[in-house]
Amino acid sequence: MVTTLPTTLAEIVDDFQNVTERERLELLLEFSRELPELPARLADHPELLEQVVECQSPLFLTIEVDDDADRTVNLFFSAPPEAPTTRGFASVLNEGLNGQPAQIILDVPDDMPEQLGLTRAITPLRMRGMTAMLGRIKRKIREAL
Amino acid sequence: MTETAPEKISEYAHPDRLVTTQWVAEHSADANVVIVESDEDILLYETGHIPGAVKIDWHTDLNDDVTRDYINSEQFAELMASKGISRDTTIVVYGDKSNWWAAYAMWVFTLFGHEDVRLMDGGRDKWIAEGRELVTERTARERAEYPVVERNDAPIRAYLPQVNDAIGSIPLIDVRSPEEYSGARTHMPAYPEEGALRGGHIPTAASVPWARAAAEDGTFKSRAELEAIYLDEAGLKPGEDVIAYCRIGERSSHTWFVLKHLLGFENVRNYDGSWTEWGNAVRMPIVKGTEPGDAPQR
Repeated sequence: MVTTLPTTLAEIVDDFQNVTERERLELLLEFSRELPELPARLADHPELLEQVVECQSPLFLTIEVDDDADRTVNLFFSAPPEAPTTRGFASVLNEGLNGQPAQIILDVPDDMPEQLGLTRAITPLRMRGMTAMLGRIKRKIREAL
Repeated sequence: MTETAPEKISEYAHPDRLVTTQWVAEHSADANVVIVESDEDILLYETGHIPGAVKIDWHTDLNDDVTRDYINSEQFAELMASKGISRDTTIVVYGDKSNWWAAYAMWVFTLFGHEDVRLMDGGRDKWIAEGRELVTERTARERAEYPVVERNDAPIRAYLPQVNDAIGSIPLIDVRSPEEYSGARTHMPAYPEEGALRGGHIPTAASVPWARAAAEDGTFKSRAELEAIYLDEAGLKPGEDVIAYCRIGERSSHTWFVLKHLLGFENVRNYDGSWTEWGNAVRMPIVKGTEPGDAPQR
C-alpha cells in the first residue's frame, strides 16, 4: 500500500532518490544548514519544547495547530550545530510538512524516513532518530486535535 | 618528534599515545602524520574539520556490513591505503564527545597492530573551543601502500565465552550509565532501539561510567584522578588483567584506552559484544541492582 505524501515532502523524497548515496549525505547536510531558527517566543522558553530522547543528540520540537478548517500544523525544531545529522532530519520534516493540514501529516507513513535512501550510508541506528521525530510530531498532533 | 609533552600527559603510563591540540597544529602537515576524524555524527566532519584531516566513520568504514564483526585484513588495508595511511604512519585520531568514537577507531586500528596511533586530547570540542582553524573541503590525500596484515583480536578483544569464564577471576568494568547497570533500563538513555531482552550487569562487574574519565573540556582527567576512580573506587589492582564492556563496545573502547595507555594496565580487553549480546544470550548469568554481585556457583 502506498500512502500519498504531501507534494512538498514527495519532492524532497524524489530529490534524495535521484542522486547517489554520497550525494544524499551532501543533500542532508544542505538541509541541516537550512533549519530555521526558533521564533523568539519559543527560543526564550525552552520548557515549551519537548525533547525527542530517541535522537542521539539533543533535539527539541513542538507544534502549533491553527484553528482553521484544515487544522494547519506549524512545526518548530531546535538542535545544536554539532548535531548536523539530527538537524538535517528535522529540516527535511520541516520543509516537507510545515504548514500542512493535520490529517495530511497523520497520513504520512511511519517508515517515510526510509524512503530517503539513507539507510546504508547512515546506518539503521542513526535513521531511528528521524523515525522517532516523525512519530513524536504525529503524537503531538493527535493530542492537540 | 621530540617535543616535550605537557606535564599532565607525561605522567600517563604511555604518554606517547596522547597529543595536545597544539601538537596537532604544529605537526598535522608532517609527511608521516595523518590526522583522522572519527565522530558519532556522520556529517560533522563536513561541517568543518582540522585542515588535512581525513574522515573515518566507525559505522560504515570499520564494521563488516553482514556479520557482526569488524572489517577483515583486506578491507582494512584498502581503507588505510585509500586514506593515505602507510604501515609506519603516525595516526592521530580525534572526534566528538570527548573522543568517544575516536577511541573506538583507535581500538580497531590496534586490532590490526598499527603501531603508532594516538588520540588528540580533548578532541574536536577542544580544537574548536580554542578557536583553531577548521576547513570544510574534504581532504584528498595521495593513496598509500598498506600491507594486508592479520587481525589479531586476542590481546585486546574478549568474546562472550571468555567473559563468562572470567567471572570471578578477572575484574570486569561496566562503563554504561547507572540505569543500564542496575537493569532499570535495557538501553542507553536516548538510544532505545539498541536494547536487550534482559537488563542488569554481568556478575562481579564494577560500575564506572565511561565519561567519568573525561574532564569538563573533554580532555582526559589527570593520572591521579583516574587512579582514584579505577583503583581506589573500582578496586582494580595495578598489573592485573581487566575486561571492559558497555552496550555495543564503543564506550568501553574509551575506557580501554584509559586503562591501557593512561594507567598502564598490560592486558585490557574490550568485550565488544557487550550488553546487546550478553543481555540477549540464553542462560547468561545477570545481576540486577546497584551491587556488583557474586560469581555464580559453577
